[in-house]
Amino acid sequence: MSALPKKSSRVLTLLGRLAALAAVYAFFAILTPAGKGFTSDANTQLMLQDISVVAMAAIGMTIVIIAGGIDLSAGSAIALAMITTAYVLDLGPEGNKLVTAHPVLLPLGAVAAAIGVSVFIGFLNGALVTWLRIVPFIITLGSMQMARGFAKLVANEQNIYPPAEVQDLWIARLLDPSKNLYTWPFLPVAVWLVIGAALFTALFLRYTRLGRHIFALGSNEKTAVLCGVPVARTKILVYMIGGLFSGLAGVLFFARLGAIGQPTEAIGYELFVIAAAVIGGASLLGGRGTILGTMIGALIITILRNGGVKMGWPQYTQEIVMGAVIVVAVAIDNLRQRGRT
Amino acid sequence: MTDSAAAPLLTVHGVRKAFGATQALKGVDLTLARGEVLALIGENGAGKSTLMKVLSGAHAADDGEMSLEGAPYRPAGPLHARSLGVCMIYQELALAPHLSAMENILLGIEPTRGPFMDWGRAREIARRALDEVGLTALDPATLVEDLSIAERQLVEIARAVAVGCKVLVLDEPTSSLTQRDVQALFALVRRLKARGVAIVYISHALEEIEALCDRFTVMRDGETVGAGVVGQVPVHRIIALMVGREVADLYPRSPRVAGEPILELKTLAGAKFPRAASLTLRRGEVVGIAGLIGSGRTETLRALFGLDPVGGGEIHVRGRLAPPAGPGARWAQGIGLVSEDRKTEGLAQNLSIAENLTLSHLDGLGPWGLVRPSRQNAAAEPWIKAFPIKCQGGEQPVEALSGGNQQKVAIARLLHHDCDVLLLDEPTRGIDVGSKAQIYAWIDKLAVGDPAAGKAPKAVLVVSSYLPELLGICDRIAVMTRGVLGEARPVAGWTEHSLMLAATGQDQAA
Repeated sequence: MSALPKKSSRVLTLLGRLAALAAVYAFFAILTPAGKGFTSDANTQLMLQDISVVAMAAIGMTIVIIAGGIDLSAGSAIALAMITTAYVLDLGPEGNKLVTAHPVLLPLGAVAAAIGVSVFIGFLNGALVTWLRIVPFIITLGSMQMARGFAKLVANEQNIYPPAEVQDLWIARLLDPSKNLYTWPFLPVAVWLVIGAALFTALFLRYTRLGRHIFALGSNEKTAVLCGVPVARTKILVYMIGGLFSGLAGVLFFARLGAIGQPTEAIGYELFVIAAAVIGGASLLGGRGTILGTMIGALIITILRNGGVKMGWPQYTQEIVMGAVIVVAVAIDNLRQRGRT
Repeated sequence: MTDSAAAPLLTVHGVRKAFGATQALKGVDLTLARGEVLALIGENGAGKSTLMKVLSGAHAADDGEMSLEGAPYRPAGPLHARSLGVCMIYQELALAPHLSAMENILLGIEPTRGPFMDWGRAREIARRALDEVGLTALDPATLVEDLSIAERQLVEIARAVAVGCKVLVLDEPTSSLTQRDVQALFALVRRLKARGVAIVYISHALEEIEALCDRFTVMRDGETVGAGVVGQVPVHRIIALMVGREVADLYPRSPRVAGEPILELKTLAGAKFPRAASLTLRRGEVVGIAGLIGSGRTETLRALFGLDPVGGGEIHVRGRLAPPAGPGARWAQGIGLVSEDRKTEGLAQNLSIAENLTLSHLDGLGPWGLVRPSRQNAAAEPWIKAFPIKCQGGEQPVEALSGGNQQKVAIARLLHHDCDVLLLDEPTRGIDVGSKAQIYAWIDKLAVGDPAAGKAPKAVLVVSSYLPELLGICDRIAVMTRGVLGEARPVAGWTEHSLMLAATGQDQAA
């Protein structure tokens, strides 16, 4: 969705990514022992759930990376948003929970609180990067630790189990793990949400002034300054958008876990999210990346993680394969880039 | 040296080199004698760099023959070429900044005693090499990062001297040097020449070539299109060879009428430089600012444009006070700036031409304030045609263009924005003569305006270190000396000599 390469080369790149996705899926579909059910409905359901979380967060990460930044706090922000959601839904004394009285309003409030918290983390990230002029890697490394700490603090270092009636509310059904069918029209609501958000963001990046400014900022900050782009404001907004999507991913994660809050979940998630964007063609040097590519990257990452388990690979094999795929994907991208110029 | 002077040291015959479908060299011939300085000239993209890379072993030729001292010369790589005595000094210096001058000089040729470094001999070799290039006062243990650009360049030449080079290639060696350093470099080149070293000197500056070189060879489109003895061929012929057509007048100057003042600086000061810059710029005028590097010329433009803080003084735009503001506000006031550094500041290299060209002015490119990429391309198209910018279309990334065409994109941004005041900082630095001529023609066109098409004359303020250019295109020139801008006087009253005197502060009479 960057306006960079010629149309034909853009289509070619996309086809290459789709082919890689198909190859990864086919690899596991063929090689996984039949009894493990890699292609079964239940497993497909499971993968759709995992994809939703990674893909939602990856949309925000792509914007941050295009703008020349990085957000290591994404995993912790997901956890904090999930804990915030659970915390709000668990408000009220035992036996007389608020959610019983306000089954519609309270989930909305929970989502608003979760997003508010994660957007605030994004604001801090952006503001500190801009005002202190410290590289985003360091700032978000700090906020990653802090957000994780706050998640544990809010949860009192325990899992939060909101009352059972939450299980039947829409917020838990965004990604109901107990159902072995794709539900709603064809796909879980969360998947539709991701598709909608991806489409909206892709159009936003391509057709709005802010979108064009984000590419310019990531490609060359000095040029952006020279051309009158409000760089400080744009940067802070970019990290806030990143936080927004981490927050949404946190709400989905809450549903994914069966409507509970676990403060120690989603550790290291930022790496999957970054990997999804990078496999999708985003450049950590900034100025380059597409939402569609990132979505394909998120699919590849999720299939790899799921397939590795189904194949009965030990943890270390999964890690080695995952690492190799990331390196190979980026290497191929680099070679293609060099070939063009 | 018993060889007769007639036997060439190095010959290149029919060398060809292709990169994929691009034929970079289509048959190049070159001869080089001992103790000779050969100027290699041509526009960017003519194949000079490729030829030099073939010569220094970085690329292997596809076809053709080379010989060195009568023997076939086929370098397997840069190290091999060095060991045979062919050394290359690139424009971007290739030194390790965290190592000392000595360590850099000896890189790859470290003297050893058994398995150990022989530091005594190392110091001796480094000392001798540094002395030869004129760095007699430099401690060989100084870290390269603590050296000035000029000193680094000399260290790099010392590295070539230390391996006993016979052929030294200098690629645009003066592009980042001050006038004094240039003179020191010229003296060194003459010393090496007297010792029998053959030198290939690549430069865009024809007056440097006249001052230093014996013969010249011109390249165009991967071929050698002409050669001759410097001084025997008039400059306009050389330019015609480079460009492939006659350039009637490098500095066109239509009759211009200075209109109302549009930009006034009143003792403008920056954080450090400038200290006091006063100037009135009118529509229909091209005003130049001359001065030494570091005298505060660039800083004046940057403070005025809001890229650097303003320390004092006033800026008036169209007769109204314009308080210090950021670049965004300046663009809105109809002022545009072309940065002296198009690589790291002027252009976003991996974005498209259209993206770069429209970045400051994305209005009107779609409904409801949206920006449609197709409209961005359409907006860039007329400028690509009019300049013309040599490219495959507005969607091509800027990094794929030659320096001259990149610079045209940077200037076209101001035209797309329809700025009334154009601030141009070193607008033609390091670009080929053809592009220079086109840029000069545009500056003239903008200053004159086109009443028939409803285009009012623009005001242009040019900072340049290239005096012939300033004298050629400006109506008035002011000289900056240690942060203070002198009076802008009509160009007829200036000569290169008087400009230099004023720049060095010896023009007290003024």
